[in-house]
Amino acid sequence: MQLALFGGVYNNWLALESAIHDARQRGAEQLFCLGDMGAFGPHPDRVFPLLHDHNVICIQGNYDDSIGNDLSDCQCGYTDPRDNYFAQISYEYTYEHTSPANRAWLRDLPKEHRLEADGLKMLLCHGSPRQTNEFLWESTTSTHFLDSLADDFNADVIFATHSGIHWQRRLDHGRRFVNVGVLGRPENDGRTCVWYTLARTGSDVSTDSDDPRLEIEFVPVEYDFARLAAEMRAESLPEEFVETICAGWWTTCLEVLPAKERRRGRF
Amino acid sequence: MVATHDTSDLDAAPVLVGQEVTSDSGPAPRVTLSHLDELWFQVSGTLCNLECTHCFISCSPRNDSFGYLTLTEVERSLEESVRHGVKEYYFTGGEPFLNRDILPILEKTLEYGPATVLTNGTVLKPEWLERLRAAEDRSLYSLEFRVSIDGPTPETNDPIRGPRTFERAMKGVELLCRHGFLPIITMTRTWPDEHDAEVLGQFRKVLAEHGCNRPRLKVLPRLKIGAEQQRTCGYTDTERVTQQMMADYDESQLVCSHSRIVTSKGVYVCPILIEEPDARMGNTLDEALGPNPLRHGACFTCYLYGSICTNPSSSKRE
Repeated sequence: MQLALFGGVYNNWLALESAIHDARQRGAEQLFCLGDMGAFGPHPDRVFPLLHDHNVICIQGNYDDSIGNDLSDCQCGYTDPRDNYFAQISYEYTYEHTSPANRAWLRDLPKEHRLEADGLKMLLCHGSPRQTNEFLWESTTSTHFLDSLADDFNADVIFATHSGIHWQRRLDHGRRFVNVGVLGRPENDGRTCVWYTLARTGSDVSTDSDDPRLEIEFVPVEYDFARLAAEMRAESLPEEFVETICAGWWTTCLEVLPAKERRRGRF
Repeated sequence: MVATHDTSDLDAAPVLVGQEVTSDSGPAPRVTLSHLDELWFQVSGTLCNLECTHCFISCSPRNDSFGYLTLTEVERSLEESVRHGVKEYYFTGGEPFLNRDILPILEKTLEYGPATVLTNGTVLKPEWLERLRAAEDRSLYSLEFRVSIDGPTPETNDPIRGPRTFERAMKGVELLCRHGFLPIITMTRTWPDEHDAEVLGQFRKVLAEHGCNRPRLKVLPRLKIGAEQQRTCGYTDTERVTQQMMADYDESQLVCSHSRIVTSKGVYVCPILIEEPDARMGNTLDEALGPNPLRHGACFTCYLYGSICTNPSSSKRE
């Protein structure tokens, strides 16, 4: 089986469109999105038809919970006043430009999705299986903590997003944790591409894979970022957001980055 | 998360049995450990080269009521922590860099998980930072430095932390930045809450002048215990967390719902309360997993401000 897993879309409907096309071309049988449809980018309502038309199975992120339930902020958990200032701009823009029907749809999304693929119990969540807005960064998450999550939530593979940078960790008993990355913005590495994840099981696993039961491939997606930037400017979204899309470096929401991840970025 | 109001589990925490946990407003609410996310080490005990007037555990060069932890002791707890699925490790004191074992302790910890060390920044040496930088590079995990500086000027900082401590701590920050670390500057709020933005702005400017162009800042509330109790005042009897206050409260904001601290005298409930005899929970982590009654004034501050001890990268609010 081959599954495609998308992380936060953050209104980047152009990247979502490219990722769907790419995943289909590579033969993904089912597409999933792990939540946070809104934030950051332009035209929230352009995201939903793509998700519906391509039968993307979606779960709810903290942003979706906030927008769907008319909350006053995105529940991203930022502590820095500057980060909160920018987060609030994008939250209010997204809320105002999401139709009531789409808000209701976001409200009713499930918090997790479970499936079994070729004997592997997979758990799809947003931040972590225990809390939607928990950041699981590669450099601040011990392996035995992830083992405890896999035990507590009875999963062979846990897929999450939320933090914005893809990574994976092999756990005991052949289990795996995978952060699938996000489609919404680049990964703070000076590149303009965004990332999604392909998971192959059973007969779809390549012969050269060192794990015959599960193969994870992180896929870079090139898309028309210049068009996205133009649309963001036309919507009067902050130039700081546009800069991230065009240059690939995060300019906001930096305070929550741990040392190793922060050091790799420019700001 | 639902607040724990049930008192039927008193027997689950033997060290607490028989102790008074009631006040005029009823029994103190008890907080269940949801998961041991952060394991703290009081690695230099109460020994510190400084004697800050607001220190909530009265650390000083002479206060040896809690002693240094050895590498062997830390290793034993690290090994025990694996079973509990601990996510991150924090090191505090006193001043952790007074402990002669601190380098091997941090190197060993980085084999287990992410490490954060809370320092006053005044005793750091280039050769130590070179070694620690190499350890972090070898590890999957981040090594974070949190440097305590209580204001953006010597005029704000030095009356609290001691003569020339601002200058010495800023030299420590420069040294950390030169070695590629990105220190988190933590400051205890000795100014009105509404001045935060102004103080943070000043701090960013000063840090940039010292070569720290990616400042990370964390403001901590004052805890009116220890030396601070003498400096200003302690908590009044009404400054306590009550059962009523726990209704609809996000318990994960309380340190005791996800942390414990290993000291030379056993495992305590949180890094703030180690001088409170009733905060000692046992000899081992296994013995320290019981619920915690929020009976102290400092619990009230923790309740009001939330997440006061963890790093921003670990913040999560329900």
